[in-house]
Amino acid sequence: MTRRTDLSRIRTTAVVAAAAALALSGCAGGDESDKELTVFAAASLTDTFTELAEKFEKDHPGVKVTTSFGGSSDLVAQIEDGAPADVFASADTKNMDKLGKLATDPQDFASNTLEIATPPGNPAKITGFKDLAGPGAKVVVCAVEVPCGNATAQMEQKTGVDIEPVSEEQSVSDVLAKVSSGDADAGLVYVTDVTAAGDTVTGVEFPESDQVVNTYPISTLDGSDDADLAQEFVDLALAEAGRKVLSDAGFGQP
Amino acid sequence: MPRWLWFPAAIAAAFILVPLAAIVLRVDLAELPELITSPSALEALWLSLRTAAASTLLCILLGVPLSTVLARTSFPGQGLMRSLVLLPLVLPPVVSGLALLYTFGRRGLLGQTLDLFGIQIPFTVVAVVMAQTFVALPFLVISLEGALRTSGTRYEAVAATLGARPTTVFRRVTLPLVGPGLLSGSVLAFARCLGEFGATITFAGNLPGVTSTMPLQVYLLRVDDPDAAVALSLVLVVVAVAVIGFARQGRAL
Repeated sequence: MTRRTDLSRIRTTAVVAAAAALALSGCAGGDESDKELTVFAAASLTDTFTELAEKFEKDHPGVKVTTSFGGSSDLVAQIEDGAPADVFASADTKNMDKLGKLATDPQDFASNTLEIATPPGNPAKITGFKDLAGPGAKVVVCAVEVPCGNATAQMEQKTGVDIEPVSEEQSVSDVLAKVSSGDADAGLVYVTDVTAAGDTVTGVEFPESDQVVNTYPISTLDGSDDADLAQEFVDLALAEAGRKVLSDAGFGQP
Repeated sequence: MPRWLWFPAAIAAAFILVPLAAIVLRVDLAELPELITSPSALEALWLSLRTAAASTLLCILLGVPLSTVLARTSFPGQGLMRSLVLLPLVLPPVVSGLALLYTFGRRGLLGQTLDLFGIQIPFTVVAVVMAQTFVALPFLVISLEGALRTSGTRYEAVAATLGARPTTVFRRVTLPLVGPGLLSGSVLAFARCLGEFGATITFAGNLPGVTSTMPLQVYLLRVDDPDAAVALSLVLVVVAVAVIGFARQGRAL
């Protein structure tokens, strides 16, 4: 290989790298008539907000909605670090509050309560919240740092039931994975997670669940490229059509 | 050497060094002592060091025989076998964790039988050690096998003709010959164990003091208490640098 081809290859690489950097930083632009809306939403909203995004795209031809789902606290950290999001839907008010002035006008749009998930058929015969403290039952919960773990801690406090988990997971989906694989006898997640998990887990409702209600706020974000469009998405989540999607998935009224 | 190599070389070095510097710069020095001596941080560090040491020992006990077999014998399918045992090097750690779960989990291939005897591995320190060993073993095997191949079999053959039995040859000739390779492999394995995250969280879960190693602690803290997370990261970086520095001192790497 001659030196010249080496150099030209390096130039090509440099051009490609520069283009990639531009694309990553969002400067690549594109056709200006195409609008993009980026929605950050809590992992527990994955199914419902995917549906809402499709609905929004149908109602607004030419608009592309990009969704990013994750732990609310993760998403908050990303937004604070400058992630280009237009709308944020949080799984609890605590995380929305963390955004402070970055969140324009948070409004509650849904609520969620806890439910016990067990492997299909509930082999360990868990019947209520108190059973989670029983000896022998392998229970996984969310770590207190994430919203579902915070709700779990509140529930333990209110009921006086002291769960000794075998693992504190980082997210609801981690809890579900350990329950559906059968390695845990029970896990504490939201009602909507049990619904979404379908046949892979069996849900056990418990009467104390209404003592801890998690409220979901949604807000447009400061720095959004198209605040009006962002507000329209928020309105969709609050409107009757949005409510229907959410209640079908098991969410309660805010 | 062509002079222009300096340019990409400098970019490569900066690409690794600048992010490390960014961590150091992000650390709140005033609060550092408090953050890294908090009970949960010390607990996680101690757990990490203990499990990584145990895993490295396991890697040596299992990896030395395996590398010797791979380097000194030939049998049908040996090439395939070598590729397969090195697979955890390139597998996403979460996939390794799932593989362990499907083997040793309560409904796993072997786990079902173990469960009958009352042995349950997930969510225990044993699971942490197994996860670390699974991902670190190939590091030891690959460096030791390389050392064994380059050292050749001349000395071993001479020792054998002088009447030494195979075990004596292995102990007195083969092992000393590949000492540096074994050391560098062990150091690599130890460092890999220390940083193991995906397989651990998938197979062993996360419980403070039992399975919550440093990387898991950093991951969980990073959103709620970034200062503590960055302080713990720094500790991990320092320990890793110390381990690698120690190995370089002995010319092992």
